[in-house]
Parts: sequence; C-alpha cells; structure tokens
Amino acid sequence: MKLRVRGVEKAFDDKQVLRGIDLDVEPHEVICLIGASGSGKSTLLKCINLLVDIDAGEVWLDDLMITSPRVDADSIRSRMAIVFQAFNLFPHLSVLENITLAPQKVLDVPRSEAVARAEDLLGRFGLSDKRDEYPERLSGGEQQRVAIIRALAMQPEVLLLDEVTSALDPVLVGEVLSLLRDLKAQGMTMVIATHEMGFARETADRVAFLHDGTVAEQGPPAEIFGNPTRPETQDFLRRITDAGRL
Amino acid sequence: MAFVSTIVVLGAVLLVVLNSEAWPAVQRQFFNGFHFRQSFPLVLRGFWQDIWMFLVAEVAILILALVVAVIRALRGPAFFPLRLMAVTFIDIIRGIPMILLILLMGFGIPALQLQGVTSSGLFWGLTAIVLGYSAYTAEVYRAGIDSVPESQRMSARSLGLSQMQTLRFVIVPQAVRNVIPALLNGFVSLQKDVALVFVLGVREGVREAQIYIGSTFNYTPYLAATALFLLVSIPLARYADWYTERDRRRKQAMST
Repeated sequence: MKLRVRGVEKAFDDKQVLRGIDLDVEPHEVICLIGASGSGKSTLLKCINLLVDIDAGEVWLDDLMITSPRVDADSIRSRMAIVFQAFNLFPHLSVLENITLAPQKVLDVPRSEAVARAEDLLGRFGLSDKRDEYPERLSGGEQQRVAIIRALAMQPEVLLLDEVTSALDPVLVGEVLSLLRDLKAQGMTMVIATHEMGFARETADRVAFLHDGTVAEQGPPAEIFGNPTRPETQDFLRRITDAGRL
Repeated sequence: MAFVSTIVVLGAVLLVVLNSEAWPAVQRQFFNGFHFRQSFPLVLRGFWQDIWMFLVAEVAILILALVVAVIRALRGPAFFPLRLMAVTFIDIIRGIPMILLILLMGFGIPALQLQGVTSSGLFWGLTAIVLGYSAYTAEVYRAGIDSVPESQRMSARSLGLSQMQTLRFVIVPQAVRNVIPALLNGFVSLQKDVALVFVLGVREGVREAQIYIGSTFNYTPYLAATALFLLVSIPLARYADWYTERDRRRKQAMST
C-alpha cells in the first residue's frame, strides 16, 4: 500500500499549521517525522487519518483519493491506524475488550476470532497476563503497548504513530520502541512522529524534517543526521545535540 | 459526643413543643390515633400506586432522556434538524411548570376525545411527568457526555467506529458512569413528584388522604402520607449521598 500526500494545507482559526506538505510512503517503509513542537507533525498524521479536514491538497491511498468528500471516512480509517501520545485507551473496557471492540464492530469479525487474534498479539508483545486488567491498573508503557496492539488488531495497511513515547517515563520508553522495531522487522508500514532521534536514526528507512508546516528536508537517516543540507535542519539538529538528545 | 448533643437538642425542642399552648389542638388535628388507624390502610393502598408510578416513570425517563441527549450529541450538518428538535423539546418542556404540564395533558388530551387515544388521566398525567423529567435528565446526560474527553471520541473514530458506534460503545458508557450521582438525585425528587397526578383524580396516596379528610375534617391522613413518602425518600437520599461519596473517593484514589 502506497500513501501519497500532496500539497496539504491546514489552518486552525488563523494559525497556519501546514503550508503545503508533500510526502510519499512506500509499502513496508518506516518514515520518521522529526521537527520542533508545533512544526505540524501531529496535525499531518491526523490529516492523513482524516480526523482533521484539510483546507487544500490531496491524500492518496494507492489509487484512491481519500480526502475526496465522496469517500467514506470510516472505512478509510479502518484501513489505517493511529496511536496517540496519550494512549487514549477506553477506561471502562478491559485490555481484551479495548482490543476486540473495533474488529468486531467495524470489520464484523466474530467474537471468538477477535479474541484469538488479540490473545495472539498480547502474547507476541509480552502482555498476556494483562488480558483482563483495566487500563488504570497498567503502567504508561503497558498502556501504550496495548494502544498499539489495539491499532494492530484492525490489521491496518499503515500505522501512524504520534509521539507515542513522549508521555512516558524514560525507563518505559525502551519497551515501546522495541515493539516498534519488532513491527518494522515484520514489514509494517509506519509513519512515526517522534522526538527520539536515536531511534529515528537507527530504525527509519527515511527521515522527514518538518519545519514551519513544510517538509524542509528528507532522506535516509545517515544523510539527514550526518550531512543535512538545509540551514533549518542543521540548526534543529544542533539544538537537539546541545540538549543531549542525540 | 455527637450522639449526646443530638439527644439533648432534640429533647429540648420536643419539650418546648409538647408544653406549648397549641399542642393539644395540633395533636387532635394531625396526630389523631383514631383517624390514623382509620385512614392508614386507604392511604397505604394509594401509596402503592405512587410507588408503581415512580418505577414506571423512572424507567421511561432514563430511556427517553438518553435518546434526547444522544440526538443532541450527534455532530455534522446532516443531523441539524434532529438536534434542533431535541433542543426545542428541552427548552419548551423545561419552561413549563410541571403542574401545568400535568393539567394540560391530563385534562386536555382526553377532552379532545380522539379515536383510539386513551382518556386515562393516569396515563396522560404520568406521560406529562415523564416528558418533564426527561427534559431535565437529558441535560444531566449531556453534562456526562461533555465530560468524556474529546480524545476518547477521536481515538474511537480513528479505529473506524462510526459516530453512532462511538457514542454507544465508548462515550455513553463513560458518560452514564459520570452522572449516576446526579441521576440518583433525580430519583429522589421524582419519587415525590409522581403524587402531583392527584390533581387529575388519580387515586394515589395524597388523593386518598384528601378524600378521607373531606369527610372528617381531620388532617392526620396527610401525616400518614407524609410518613410513607419519607420512608422511601430518606433511604433513597442517603443511598445517593453514600454512592456519590464512594464515587468521589474512588476518583481520588485513581488520580494518585
């Protein structure tokens, strides 16, 4: 599945957040979006997932222009999945129910099959013993891993991750990043907005640097981190290095 | 200490009341043992009617109010006419005094003598109460729906759940949990307000007391009815308070 973003613009009230974003995502590719807070990473992911209406531009999923008003947004959303910084698990449902709700209601998967798939995913990511817990009883890292599993249970063609480690204790970041590495090894297509530069450098196939609502520079991580050409990128990386984050 | 001071204060009040000049007259009018024994079975029989009306109305209110609140929570221009109807319903019904609504429907609709429409005062009186309370209860539900974070809606929609599925499986269950204390308070006041249908001649507790008083001019039956209502409403109010307190503590424990 190929994702194409063309000239996407978005303003909230009079604040222009995206000023013409172009981005291609190839099948099985892992793209990391980096950039300062407010550069538009989260908004871009929400636009791709149709959670936010765009003002101009197009988003294509293979041959389908998904930003067309004639497209059924619910069915598109069920082909992609997005995971948020704040987990957003459903607090009134157990871990298992969180994971099996959407497959049953959206994809009409029979309950027994949805449960089997959920148990399989929980087992693969070391969370089998949390099956019947409620979210409030889990650590932040566990909640975020459950949120990712909940997204995977929909068997998405592309997984969008919005700063999924930013709300976690430093000691819990590792378990979530290692799950993402496993997913990459399995060939999952991912677009990851992140502040974890080390992770981006080592895991991404391509890094896109967002600045002021545009993709200022993109390329293989070695190039972006080793030899950035644009002054904005150099400036951003210098500040990251000074902060001891790279 | 609290117990001792309570006994002392209540004892003093009782002493003053029982020794006052008016007490013999009050006792004759309101605490008459003979009239109490005579009227109590009648009032009690009527009171069962009140209990029954309360239960039926409460179920209807909880369902109707939820439907109105959910309609009000629907987003998108396509649902504007439905939302407008819900808001209009709430505004109009809430603006009419309950007793007027009961008179209007309880006497007005049967007077139309429509074919196939019941002329039962009980039915229309109870319907008026259900409508009146539903308008208020819908607003209670709405507060609950608004209290569920927007991120819950977004994450449900991102999984592909439709707007209705999101409300049904994600938003409303959390919303209802958030407003149970407020709903319980509504129970307490409904339990008393069902008696208002007495104005239509429905033979419930207050009406039975009134009939007895009409022939004896002794007001003890009113106190019999009072005692019966208190017997239900006080435990209900205590339970609502207990539940609210427990809920508050649980939320505190969760946020630590």
